[in-house]
Amino acid sequence: MSTPIALVDCNNFYASCERVFDPRLRGKPIVVLSNNDGCVIARSNEAKALGIAMGEPWHLCKERIKTRELIVRSSNYTLYGDMSARVMEVLSHFTPLLEVYSIDEAFLGLAGFENRLEGHTQSLRAKTQQWTGIPVSVGIGPTKTLAKVANRTAKKTPACNGLCILMEQEAQTKALAAIELEDIWGIARRTAEKLKALGIRDPLQLRQSDPKVIRRSFGVVLERLVLELRGIPCHGLELAPPPKQSICVSRSFGRPVTTLSELSEALSAYIERAAEKLRRNGLAAGYVTVFLHTNRFRPEEPQYSPSAGLALPVATADTASLLRSGNEILRVLYKPGFRYKKAGIILLDLIPQAETQGALWGSPDTPERQSLLSAIDTINRRHGRRTVQFAASGVQRGWQMRSDQKSPNYTTSWSALIAAG
Amino acid sequence: MPPTPETKAPLLCEARKHQRVPVYQCPVPAGFPSPAEDYLDRPLDFNELLIAHPAATFAVRVSGESMIGLGIFPGDIAVIDRALTAQNGSVILAVLEGAFTIKILRRKGERVWLEAANPAYKPVEINEASQFEIWGVVRHAIRMLGA
Repeated sequence: MSTPIALVDCNNFYASCERVFDPRLRGKPIVVLSNNDGCVIARSNEAKALGIAMGEPWHLCKERIKTRELIVRSSNYTLYGDMSARVMEVLSHFTPLLEVYSIDEAFLGLAGFENRLEGHTQSLRAKTQQWTGIPVSVGIGPTKTLAKVANRTAKKTPACNGLCILMEQEAQTKALAAIELEDIWGIARRTAEKLKALGIRDPLQLRQSDPKVIRRSFGVVLERLVLELRGIPCHGLELAPPPKQSICVSRSFGRPVTTLSELSEALSAYIERAAEKLRRNGLAAGYVTVFLHTNRFRPEEPQYSPSAGLALPVATADTASLLRSGNEILRVLYKPGFRYKKAGIILLDLIPQAETQGALWGSPDTPERQSLLSAIDTINRRHGRRTVQFAASGVQRGWQMRSDQKSPNYTTSWSALIAAG
Repeated sequence: MPPTPETKAPLLCEARKHQRVPVYQCPVPAGFPSPAEDYLDRPLDFNELLIAHPAATFAVRVSGESMIGLGIFPGDIAVIDRALTAQNGSVILAVLEGAFTIKILRRKGERVWLEAANPAYKPVEINEASQFEIWGVVRHAIRMLGA
């Protein structure tokens, strides 16, 4: 028997996090909105039952759903990030082989538990629920792809009681027969259409198709998927996160921004954040890219979405140097007369800070600068973001994202604890 | 003092006001070693005292006077451990009718009460119609005594 892999997925994670700390939300339809309160990115089961779709723009949803019961929250990533870390910590009690796959999903290697899969995973579900308040569903299969299928089945079938095990071929066949091609992990709608055009109409037919033929028409990724559907593992667990290739910080503005000075403030704030991430990972960046967007959902407005990059003479993690380069690029990109919706910074050519080399026209960040910046990072970690900041990123920040309905940071801020009488 | 890497670099022309001197903990073979060296210990870590299960530990601000008999006062921070299972007599954080409350759990056979530690508050019996949930067990109450 092959080694079981479990996919643990938190049910309606963002909505569940909100519910843990606000009992009035239990049993009510909840939606959580994306950055800037743009569209729906999480729904409780009750909200799904109201027919609210994933990704639905909030201003349309608000018009359409008239029930007073509907509760809306801006996304609170500080809270979700803390709750995610707690869930992952509990999961790590159940296996040494844990791959944190996203904020609310993890793959677990369950070698050695073959004979008590059900008991082991049901106690995992109970413990996660008790310790963190977050309900999880578990799918188990011999490959990651089948574990994903199993997880979907566990969620969609109430009789599963939150757990679906697809270790036997018979069970796999039954589960695959109940889903569409698009429901399989890694099959986009376009790929599904192309498969259907070739006569491969459903997951079972895909499983039966010749991997070599699939490889010729679709490439190695889909060939592996066919093998994974047959129970042959092609994707192992990634236990250490791969080294970062790039760091990107970009946000939509709360309102359209037109002036260079406001754009520069916003971009500077993103650069500050990106530089902080860089230092947290012990890296330095050799290349900076800046981009701007107007609102492409307003076709009646003039559109302009430029981007440009700059190679730095010496890789750096110094906020001041990055601010200088980023703003230099911005001055080149900026054109008046547009209503900008979004700006961003991408740091590339990342290398370990200790390996940066001097060049004829520049030297690496000096130890003095490095300790200054690490002091700033420490202060901001201890006393909250932007306790110390570069003046370039502004004080008023009129461009900042809207998050009108954000819940308090119950788990990370002493001033935001829940109150109990 | 041996030359630092900076003084060797030919292109460096930054004037330095300060020169750092490394301080070694104990690798110097001359002199007497500190008699405390073998007895060094980490400073006290309050997390060790207050947090048995980090993933399951949460903090809550106390807002009412129902538990003053147990020394839990308004403004205190209650440390909640969700990993513990509430027993008869445990101090718990409960959700009752949509609100958080800290009370003592009392069980007798099938019957359940929430009891205050303040004679001004009557015990509340939980029945099937109550919207009731045990959120976690209160392990500690922390009070700031002011300066």
